[in-house]
Amino acid sequence: MSDRSLDISLTVNGERVSERVDARKTLVDFLRDDLLLTGSHVGCEHGVCGACTVRVNGEVVRGCLMLAVQCDGATVETIEGLSDSGEVADLQKAFEERNALQCGYCTPGMLATAQELLKGAQDKKQVPSRDEIREHISGNYCRCTGYHAIVDAVEAVAKARAGGKA
Amino acid sequence: MKPAPFTYKKARTVEEAVAMLGQQADAKLLAGGQSLIATLNMRLSTPSLLVDINSIGGLDKIELKDGMIEIGALVRHAQAERSDLIAKHAPLIARALPHIAHPAIRNRGTLCGSIAFADPAAELPACLLALGGEVVAAGPKGKRTVKADDFFKGLFETALGPQEMVTAIRVPAATAQTRTGFAELARRHGDYALVGLAASARTDGKGLADVRLAFFGAGDTPVRTKKAEAALAAGNIDTAIAALELSPHDDVQATAKTKKHLAGVLLKRVAAQLMEARA
Repeated sequence: MSDRSLDISLTVNGERVSERVDARKTLVDFLRDDLLLTGSHVGCEHGVCGACTVRVNGEVVRGCLMLAVQCDGATVETIEGLSDSGEVADLQKAFEERNALQCGYCTPGMLATAQELLKGAQDKKQVPSRDEIREHISGNYCRCTGYHAIVDAVEAVAKARAGGKA
Repeated sequence: MKPAPFTYKKARTVEEAVAMLGQQADAKLLAGGQSLIATLNMRLSTPSLLVDINSIGGLDKIELKDGMIEIGALVRHAQAERSDLIAKHAPLIARALPHIAHPAIRNRGTLCGSIAFADPAAELPACLLALGGEVVAAGPKGKRTVKADDFFKGLFETALGPQEMVTAIRVPAATAQTRTGFAELARRHGDYALVGLAASARTDGKGLADVRLAFFGAGDTPVRTKKAEAALAAGNIDTAIAALELSPHDDVQATAKTKKHLAGVLLKRVAAQLMEARA
């Protein structure tokens, strides 16, 4: 057996998946090409733009900076899973209401990243400041909105989840 | 772009990783991968063998041992950010971590990987140098320790041999007399700095002693400026700025002249941090 392709088993959005993959295939290409989960986008392919952001073992990572073979045994969640479970439903609604997306290319990564911040803040019973929101999404490029609407949406959800008014 | 084909092997122990590194002259270690996989994607690096060390047990510890903080090879930036030991005993590293890239990258990237990669614009090599820390390396002949002052040899070049891996870094644990300072200038938060400065010193109640200034983004390696260190210890900031011996290169972000000016600006800011009483 060549070590240039390997058998991997992992859980993607709650489903067990076993595939043979090329060692050189990145996680995001595996998700898109092999599993047809095309909600994760490929932008810069070197970790700068954040369009490929997915969750691995509960933490957001760059899908272009992890190899699929590194995810053997891992739990991976993509925007498809986060949508279906309803985990980010309020964020998605706020993004829509506040025009926090236009072309939508960055949105799956933006939602996953924002959700990590909001989850952490909820656990500590805090509402992140606008500066903290900006800092947390600083690794996710959006070329349409100018970010203000995104920060508005994330802030609104943070307040709503903390029990205040959106 | 996509990476060129390579063979992928998982090492289960440090010894196994070292042995695997010996199988191919161009083998590379994969830890956090946040620099390596980017260079693979861009085909700036095309190793024939990738040795994944992520499954090696025991390398993800942060420990206080004999007055030193030891950070294992698989400690991720996010883990260090959450660590009380780092916050208390390695305040310079705690100051630097939020400047490193973005949350998703800090979830994967490792501190030791940043040291081994030795990007001259990266924060942690400069921190290790400013703290007078050391690198623990394992190779075919066993383990050895290399002082930070002897570790960074050139552009992306370190004292590591081809078959050696970093198993940990160590920095002296801060005492009540320790002072640290950190500042960098970047166009976007989390990007590599145009210029940055990591510093440590000891206070004797009145002034500073044992000042160590390590600039990054200002040469082929993190750079100490010993004349400026002496001037700062003597309490003269203006002399220290005038004594800065840096030869940065022009790059797409800034000219060498601009970077030299900014280095002086940073020195002023960091000197103020060093003078502050410790909270």
